[in-house]
Amino acid sequence: MTRQFLLDGQPVPFEDGQSILEAARQAGHYIPSLCWHKDFPAHGSCKLCIVKAAGRHVSACATPAREGWEVESNTPEMNGERRGLLQMLFVEGNHFCPSCEKSGNCELQALGYEYEMLSPRFRHFYPERPVDASHPDVLLDFNRCIFCELCVRASRDVDGKAVFALTGRGIDKHLVVNAESGRLADTDFSKDDLAAHICPVGVILHKGPGFAVPIGERDYDRESIRQKKLRDEEASS
Amino acid sequence: MSTPPRKLRIATTSLAGCFGCHMSFLDIDEHLFELVELVEFDRSPLTDIKEVGPCDIGLIEGGVCNAENVHVLRAFRRNCKTLIALGACAVNGGLPAQRNHLPLSECLREVYQFRPGIANGQIPNDPELPLPLDKVRPIHEVVRVDYFLPGCPPSGPAIWKFLTDLIAGRTPRLSGGLLHYD
Repeated sequence: MTRQFLLDGQPVPFEDGQSILEAARQAGHYIPSLCWHKDFPAHGSCKLCIVKAAGRHVSACATPAREGWEVESNTPEMNGERRGLLQMLFVEGNHFCPSCEKSGNCELQALGYEYEMLSPRFRHFYPERPVDASHPDVLLDFNRCIFCELCVRASRDVDGKAVFALTGRGIDKHLVVNAESGRLADTDFSKDDLAAHICPVGVILHKGPGFAVPIGERDYDRESIRQKKLRDEEASS
Repeated sequence: MSTPPRKLRIATTSLAGCFGCHMSFLDIDEHLFELVELVEFDRSPLTDIKEVGPCDIGLIEGGVCNAENVHVLRAFRRNCKTLIALGACAVNGGLPAQRNHLPLSECLREVYQFRPGIANGQIPNDPELPLPLDKVRPIHEVVRVDYFLPGCPPSGPAIWKFLTDLIAGRTPRLSGGLLHYD
């Protein structure tokens, strides 16, 4: 007999060891995420996948599904929490969408649209994060980093290069490049690495394409992140 | 005989902005005719009234980059029942806030002293010039803001949807394709 839990009242089947998020996506239900990637173990840092399971707030990506649980996700309460998390992510970095090449293809921005984030609500940190344009093919704009560690994980676990790492703690946490000089040009990073294609925001940008696809005709100008992620899930299964 | 309902009074201004949001406001095109049936304008680039008076709605474009911006913004807050941050710069500082990680003196020297083609340049210090702030701030970090309308600029249809919601007494809502940060 298949085991199942209830997601917003809908039965969702799951296999042993599957997280709430994986099972939900597989069954065609959308739970948002930024740091989660189906090819990597759960990271649990962005907290956008927050759900209420058996009365407690948990990260859906890092919590194994349990038989008979009642999970709340797409509710005004949970979506309000997500909006608050997004607002904190926005004020913590320097996210100026109008001048960002990733605008329209950015998952952070798309989630802002999805959860109708209209204001930053909090005070901006305006941190100082110099860009690294040393590499011939790829620009690093640290201003937009949300510390999801997807590039860290992809470079270390798939590309076998360990080009990126997070360093510092708390508010001083930041992304660094694994080279004596700290410059991307002095690593063996290549534009064909998985790490070069996995950033959900606008930190790792390929030089050249720029605004070849104009603003207004990009991924999340055409459809919501909810629609795109569910479509991608269906295509990959 | 019933008197026609009182027109709502709207004031608009651009602080550290480029007037792009005002241009986009004009992009509501023929809706402007409907709008002037419902509202009248107080201080605004459209009327050239210099000081804001009691209003129902205040639209603020641009962030806060100098002492005069603070003064104007506070006057708008005092006079407007509903204050709206119009566009990216009012919402998060936008383009002018990109100077925030640089020391102000460095910015001024770069522009007025070291720019190519400038000989014997000096930083302007006429007492009539408003003093720049060390950082550009979005308006909600200076006064209470009732609504935010992001976008660079917000599109004409977004501004029209927002205003018609507000004028009709509904909570303004930008969903679907009307909400953009770029």
